[in-house]
Amino acid sequence: MISKNRKFNRRSLLRGAIHGSAVVMGLPILESFLNNNGTAFADGTELPPCFGSWFFGLGLTPGRWEPEVIGANYVLPEHIAALQPIREKLNIFSGLQIFLDGKVNQNHISGAQGQMTGIVTKSAADYDESFDAIIDKQFGANVRFRTLEVACDGNSSSGWTARGKNGKTPCQISPLELYRRIYGGGFIDPNRAEFTADPEVMVRHSVLSAVTDQRHKLMDTVSSDDRSRLDEYFTSLRDVEQKLAFELERPAPLPACSIPSISDEEIGTMVAQVQNTHKQFATLLSHALACGQTRIFHVTLGNAFSTLRLPGEPSAYHALTHEEPINPALGYQPKCKILGEQCMGFFVELLRAMDSIQEGEGTLLDRSIVYAFTDHGEARLHSMKNLPVFTVGSAGGRLKTGLHVAAEGDAATRVGFTIQKALGVVSNRWGSESNEVTTPFSEVLA
Amino acid sequence: MNFSFAQKIKLGLKASLVLAVGSLPFNLAAQTSVNEDQITFVRLTAQQYRNSIRDIFGESIEVNGNAASIGVREAGLMAVGGRRLSLSASEVESYEVLALDIASQVLSPKRRNTLIACRPQDENAIDNACAGEFISTVGLHLFRRPLSEAEIENYSAMARAATDSLGGFYVGLQAALVGMMVSPEFLFRIERSTPNPETPGTRRLDAWSRASRLSYFLWDTTPNPSLLAAAQSGDLMFEDGLNQQVEHMVASPRIEDGLRAFFSDMLAFDRFDTLDIDTTLYPKFTKNVEDEAREQTLRTISDHLLNQEADYRDLFDSRKTFLTPALAALYGVPIPIRQEMGGRVPWVPYEYPENHIRVGLLGQATFLSLFSHPGASSPTLRGKAVREHLLCQTIPPPPGDVDFSLVRDTDNLEFRTVRDRLSEHRDNPTCAGCHMLMDPIGLALEVFDASGVYRTVENGAPIDTSGEWLGQEYDDVRELARMLKEDPTLTSCLVQRAYSYGTAREPTRAEVQWLNTTHSQLRSEGMRWQELMQRISRNPDFYTVPEAAPKEN
Repeated sequence: MISKNRKFNRRSLLRGAIHGSAVVMGLPILESFLNNNGTAFADGTELPPCFGSWFFGLGLTPGRWEPEVIGANYVLPEHIAALQPIREKLNIFSGLQIFLDGKVNQNHISGAQGQMTGIVTKSAADYDESFDAIIDKQFGANVRFRTLEVACDGNSSSGWTARGKNGKTPCQISPLELYRRIYGGGFIDPNRAEFTADPEVMVRHSVLSAVTDQRHKLMDTVSSDDRSRLDEYFTSLRDVEQKLAFELERPAPLPACSIPSISDEEIGTMVAQVQNTHKQFATLLSHALACGQTRIFHVTLGNAFSTLRLPGEPSAYHALTHEEPINPALGYQPKCKILGEQCMGFFVELLRAMDSIQEGEGTLLDRSIVYAFTDHGEARLHSMKNLPVFTVGSAGGRLKTGLHVAAEGDAATRVGFTIQKALGVVSNRWGSESNEVTTPFSEVLA
Repeated sequence: MNFSFAQKIKLGLKASLVLAVGSLPFNLAAQTSVNEDQITFVRLTAQQYRNSIRDIFGESIEVNGNAASIGVREAGLMAVGGRRLSLSASEVESYEVLALDIASQVLSPKRRNTLIACRPQDENAIDNACAGEFISTVGLHLFRRPLSEAEIENYSAMARAATDSLGGFYVGLQAALVGMMVSPEFLFRIERSTPNPETPGTRRLDAWSRASRLSYFLWDTTPNPSLLAAAQSGDLMFEDGLNQQVEHMVASPRIEDGLRAFFSDMLAFDRFDTLDIDTTLYPKFTKNVEDEAREQTLRTISDHLLNQEADYRDLFDSRKTFLTPALAALYGVPIPIRQEMGGRVPWVPYEYPENHIRVGLLGQATFLSLFSHPGASSPTLRGKAVREHLLCQTIPPPPGDVDFSLVRDTDNLEFRTVRDRLSEHRDNPTCAGCHMLMDPIGLALEVFDASGVYRTVENGAPIDTSGEWLGQEYDDVRELARMLKEDPTLTSCLVQRAYSYGTAREPTRAEVQWLNTTHSQLRSEGMRWQELMQRISRNPDFYTVPEAAPKEN
């Protein structure tokens, strides 16, 4: 469920109950287990690639974020200068669009939907499988959490991911709850010497297995319309079953894994609140990746109609894009430009958190691809053209970086397709109608 | 007031319900309902989950948290959207953790003797008979139908395995209970249907599914023992038996739970979850006031429709409501302060003076804040809400390539009020079509700011609330409310929404005809809630399942 402006402290949440007995978790281990030998598992297997998607609403100020130089050696424009610390690991895509093919522009939805699912639907209520779910199938079930989704605006429905056609995946809105979910009951430190499988987890696992066995019986009687919904439920159930199975096995040591510390939270839509929430999520997610808990995450700064607000400003970001006059001297909407730059600042905080986790000679960010996307090229006009899109990280050398790709009105789905290709998804096409693509951006594929 | 299955379970084999289950040829019943039928399903809402747990295991069981979930509003209702949703892995994960917690409470030493009728011969070993009895009894309520022998055996096997692994009969029962609580049979309201012999080509719900639909519709909870007994006996499949149950349920105080759930959905109370009125700009609109505003609206509707048995239309210009001191301060009216023991919010019945500007539901902070921006009122959002949520009309999304910047240009002295600024939309032919539908309604409400506080000026300019509704001119929100309540669209929307809410789908063409007839009758007889509930619940079509139409993207 959703909450807002809530304040919690850690101790209030570090409690759970299993079978009636209270489980009080220890406070986070502050010391790091990092060393410089973390490029591979002990058996020499390469650390696997990770994928993250990051949504920021309302785009950027047109004409002020696109580098002049195409290809390598571009200079970051002032509007996105916040990305300078990860400049060498960044790709910028300009000139992309999402095609509506005659459908009504579901403002602030169709653009993001098209980029994540490859499909623009007639109704905003319809939503298809997002491409992180395709990547998830490629990655397989060797993690505790198939995916982790978070929203920084206190709205659990702000995300853009879905496992199928039966509803978007809800986001977690509380860093403390995410902390508890990852590091609470069931977390096994991969670097701990001793390991004993918990018999209670074994029982929970067997219970879910038995429930999963009901699948065939129900699938035989379900109406054709509801078959995929039921199937999706059982897929979810199997994911939880696999999560418990993961907790029953000794994990491979991961020297870069450490348990982060987080501070108190205050969920809300003011810039400072969103930034704090995002920063905590960035810390938790990057550590979850380093600890082998997940390989896929989704972060959304806010919902499609961004409610991000500047201090003392009565209108939220979305309202500002439509209502703030263009300053004749400057040629743009000043407050909107500031908010766009704030978003880039938040983005780089996530990337730096990932880049700060050293795994041998590289970093967690190096073995990942983070895909940043937005809903409109010019939010003021609900434009679907010239969408700002970024990728960061090379997934262990699978993607070239440091490039500015200037597309000429191509479908923005090409970026998602390129990422799928880089991460090993075998497919000749992705998307539908004019957003269907068959050719990745080969210039960035390694 | 509250029935408690916990007591029924305690009475176990002695109670009429359990006697009925015990003597029921439910293996046969279950086989016919499980094996031959077609199923559809609707996800339980968070509130329905809580209510069901409360009514099955008793009020002392705490439901510590919710599964984070996303609703989808379709045909104006989250209830209809619930028919297209599944459960994500994170939701199932949450439900499993919730089930563990609830099961540990139900089977804790202090509760097990109350909630379980039988005793194991040895608390450290499995007792198949007692486990089977527990599973079949609890399963009946969780699944809202009897379990088949095979199902009882499956859950008994879970209990045996857990007892063997962890040592302890009750630990084994916990495992079986968790299994039932994460089953789709509990987390979804599964509706089984059979071919309808009266109307070939359609399907009708079986008796157990009828009981569920009726119960979640009228009471927002799982079927009670009486309803299950009527399902088991088959009475629910016949007019007399159905009517008897409906009459009892509509007359029960529990009808208020159903009413609250319906209006929370219809009036888009899900927006409260993300409501973010800026307290620096509107200091009176604290979190407490927000909560009290929600309760004020539900309390007003409930009292009006149930206690007063008044006409739905009168909700829109009624001067009667309930207030707390904080709400009274927000609204700027005096109420007697009562000190109550135990820190309870002192609700006071209140009637605004005659000709007071604040009348009806549209004058309450709930509506006014839910359809505002964080720092400003919004005539467009408010007008759209009236059209969509109260009149069942659809406003298309705004087109692209429109410059809205004039709307907020408060620096322009020619455009000090939002009415002036919105005039650009009404003059722009691209915008005018929709804004002419929304803005006049919202402009009548401009005397209330984003938090619901009354005002007469904006940026120093007087606020003009006049407008026109269906060719009739009004000066302010009071006159608009009176015109609105006379509009048949208002009441037909209620009838249609209530029906869709109960079936969790849009009505078929044949059902629309029935709804139109019912609407006409109720408009002349009085648009009374209990009567509407009775008529819908007694309609045989209410328990049918239309053939699925092919879906388009």
